[in-house]
Amino acid sequence: MAIFNLNINGKKQTVDVDPKTPMLWVLREHIKLVGTKYGCGVAACGACTIHFDGIAVRSCQLPVSAVGNKLITTIEGLSENGDHPVQKAWLEHDVAQCGYCQTGQIMSAAAFLKKNPNPTDEQIESAMNGNICRCATYLRIKAAVKTAAKSQTL
Amino acid sequence: MTTVKTTINRRHFIKVSALGGGGMMLSFSWLAGLLPLPAEASPLSKDWFELNSYIKIAANGAVTLMSPNPEFGSNVKTSMPMILADELDIDWKTVIVEQADFFPERFERQFTGGSQAIRQGWKILRTAGATARQMLVNAAAKTWNVPAGEITTEAGMLYHKASGKKAGYGEIASVAAGLPVPEKVQLKNVRDFKIIGTSRKNVEGLNIVTGKPLFGIDYTQEGMLIAMIAHPPAFGLKVKSVDDTAAKSMPGIRDVFTIKTLKDDYERNGFDTATFTELVVVVGNTTWEVMNAKKALKIEWEKISDTNIVVNGWGGKKTVRIPVGLESTTEHKAKMAEWSKKPGKVLRKDGDPEGAFNKATKVIERTYSAPFLAHNTMEPVNCFAHVTADRADLYGPIQAPEFITRTLSARLGLPKEKIHIRLARMGGGFGLRAYGHHMVEAAVISQKLNAPVKLVYTREDDMTYGIYRPTYSATYRAALDEKNNLLAFHVKAGGIPETAIHPNRFPAGALDNYLAEGWEIESNITIGAFRAPGSNFIASAEQSFLDELAEQMGKDPIEFRLELLDRAQKNPVGKDNDYDPERYAGVLKLVKEKSKWNQSQAKVNRGVSAYFCHNTYVAEVIDLVIQNNKPVVQKVYAAVDCGIVVNPDAAINMGEGGIVDGIGNALYGEMPFKEGVPQKNNFNTYRMIRHSEAPKSIEIHFVENDKDPTGLGEPLFPPIFAALANALYKATGKRLYEQPFLGSKQTLPG
Ligand code: FES
Ligand code: FES
Repeated sequence: MAIFNLNINGKKQTVDVDPKTPMLWVLREHIKLVGTKYGCGVAACGACTIHFDGIAVRSCQLPVSAVGNKLITTIEGLSENGDHPVQKAWLEHDVAQCGYCQTGQIMSAAAFLKKNPNPTDEQIESAMNGNICRCATYLRIKAAVKTAAKSQTL
Repeated sequence: MTTVKTTINRRHFIKVSALGGGGMMLSFSWLAGLLPLPAEASPLSKDWFELNSYIKIAANGAVTLMSPNPEFGSNVKTSMPMILADELDIDWKTVIVEQADFFPERFERQFTGGSQAIRQGWKILRTAGATARQMLVNAAAKTWNVPAGEITTEAGMLYHKASGKKAGYGEIASVAAGLPVPEKVQLKNVRDFKIIGTSRKNVEGLNIVTGKPLFGIDYTQEGMLIAMIAHPPAFGLKVKSVDDTAAKSMPGIRDVFTIKTLKDDYERNGFDTATFTELVVVVGNTTWEVMNAKKALKIEWEKISDTNIVVNGWGGKKTVRIPVGLESTTEHKAKMAEWSKKPGKVLRKDGDPEGAFNKATKVIERTYSAPFLAHNTMEPVNCFAHVTADRADLYGPIQAPEFITRTLSARLGLPKEKIHIRLARMGGGFGLRAYGHHMVEAAVISQKLNAPVKLVYTREDDMTYGIYRPTYSATYRAALDEKNNLLAFHVKAGGIPETAIHPNRFPAGALDNYLAEGWEIESNITIGAFRAPGSNFIASAEQSFLDELAEQMGKDPIEFRLELLDRAQKNPVGKDNDYDPERYAGVLKLVKEKSKWNQSQAKVNRGVSAYFCHNTYVAEVIDLVIQNNKPVVQKVYAAVDCGIVVNPDAAINMGEGGIVDGIGNALYGEMPFKEGVPQKNNFNTYRMIRHSEAPKSIEIHFVENDKDPTGLGEPLFPPIFAALANALYKATGKRLYEQPFLGSKQTLPG
């Protein structure tokens, strides 16, 4: 066990955990931010996607010891009231079915659009390919990403 | 306008009461919706009148509607209250929807599955909404001293034109609470619906996109422990011995022990499927610590011996043998090939099929097959349980709480009333959550520890646990005369351990000489309902074969199907035909029109398919091209007849999901076995369809009619497999008989 001081969604958080613990479980169980989901634990589904210094990463692969003082953003910190352009686009297109994968999808999309605010269909598909949706809402996700891309305030 | 009663056998299934703080609460029996009203004849047991659903109208005008069905993504939490709200005549924006908890004494038959929620809820939800509205009208009439017939309602307001009086529902609700429930109420004319038939957004949308704790796996409470299980790595094995020394000494670990979830002589209900009843359990403080300790377990496994279990399911009581052996896919395939050559059990026979086959100038015979499939819901199996001496509390994903309550009661030794299940939103269902073994496991673990505990499966535990879609094979034969007339049709279909055949479905009824046979091979691999059970395979085989047949007969595939349906409508063979040929033909005609089927499509390859299951008719056309030896689906057209569409945009979302899921499973889905070991255990080996592989566009068209609504969670899934197979044949000139069409090679067979 070791003490880690983390910067999560703009707040300082201190946890005392095994240094190898993936951020997925630190977030879900120690900091009680459960919007980041467990789907596979092997970087194959994208349900656990968070922003690590602004980049989309799979939190199931990110040990707490590797975080240092870098900024972590989770779905809970993406916006104050669910009004990030990507979240708004998701609501506009009523994307979700069961909803389980959607926080990971949104985090992937938000980071991607920051880098590429004007993507082609192919670029969206390849950026989002690591995020599985078992309910298969892929067409709506793509449409929502395009709507979010049109928004000025990313 | 339809007049409906609020009584059965002169007893009310709707009651009204005053709401604390002012307002009214109208409670009604959910179960009454299952009755073919009016049912005056037979006496009904008391539980038909248990009031288990409600509408609350507070004095401040706030309206709360309760959604009784568990939600796994089919959007019933939005669409069912929409039905209530429309008859009640309120502004949808003011409605609050609450999820009902499960209390066995109040919610018998609370189940989401089989695409039945809307179909069963339709009448009762409308009746309840209309009753509440009528009572508000009556209350306003009394208050204002005017005839009730002169009062109109709109968006939660009551109006009396002549006197200019008006009031919000909330102002009148307390008066309504003191009035008698009317014996009869009038339902709206279908044309007057204001909410039904309009698209309303998911009531949980904001909670989903902001990551609120909605799912069972998100649950936590003070002092809660985490449990994980280790189950045998192969079907046909069980625990022999456990060395837990290393695991027990690891940080954060509280205990390691073995549990028996179902006693050997326990008579199971139909949803008590449990692959492994003996499990090694690791309990600790956090998931990560428990996961690590689980890896440190040293478990020896041994072969099971032949076991008989008694299952008392919907089909009655039967003894099921679980055979010994470590099964492999190669051996499954060989066995299925052998069985498809032997005579099967005759399930339907019309005319003289043997005679017709003997007379045929040409016999076409084809065999199609498909593998076991895992559900792979994105949320892995999990359940919270806290069992004390006199009470059990559970929270987790479950489609059929009623059944598992009985199991829990028997296993825990607690009466049913002491078992409280709260229904979590489910991170996907697809049939898996009908089976509640995880609830029993969590409860047994909690009872043993005398502590609150959340059981979580790793993805690997989840994917290798079983309860799969069975593996299937179907052999079709057609007899043609020298002029290519269809003389006879024969289907023989089977599976391990269950067949997929529905003998009374199309094309039965359209053919003078028809034979349907089935066979089943026992196995120790467990199976369960999977999105459109049975239909999800048999549609793919049948609709591929009809395509091959049409080609042999020199007919257009849509015209060929329409000819058969025409025959089934005008001069049906047999009485038990399980479809309406007119509605079936209707979706084919609609998809033909919308896809511009008759215009030549030079650049794309098209395939068509149609199927009827779960009370809904669907026809689909796929347009695809081949790029880099892989199919790229450019467009899917679907025509759907599910009666009135309650929430069109949500219906389209569901439909798109079924189509994309079907294409994914047809191309990639498979769970192969070697020596009893499932060969895929996570998403890095089990191929799921991904963003870039989804169709580029999907158009879903609904047949417009006034028929009562039927479900959509399943019906768009089965036909898409064959539409894809038929388009692939067009593209490559090669017919694919074995699913998955791409499989692990990821490219089309050369
Ligand atoms: S849980 Fe991290 S990618 Fe699946
Ligand atoms: S919405 Fe269910 S997994 Fe994506």
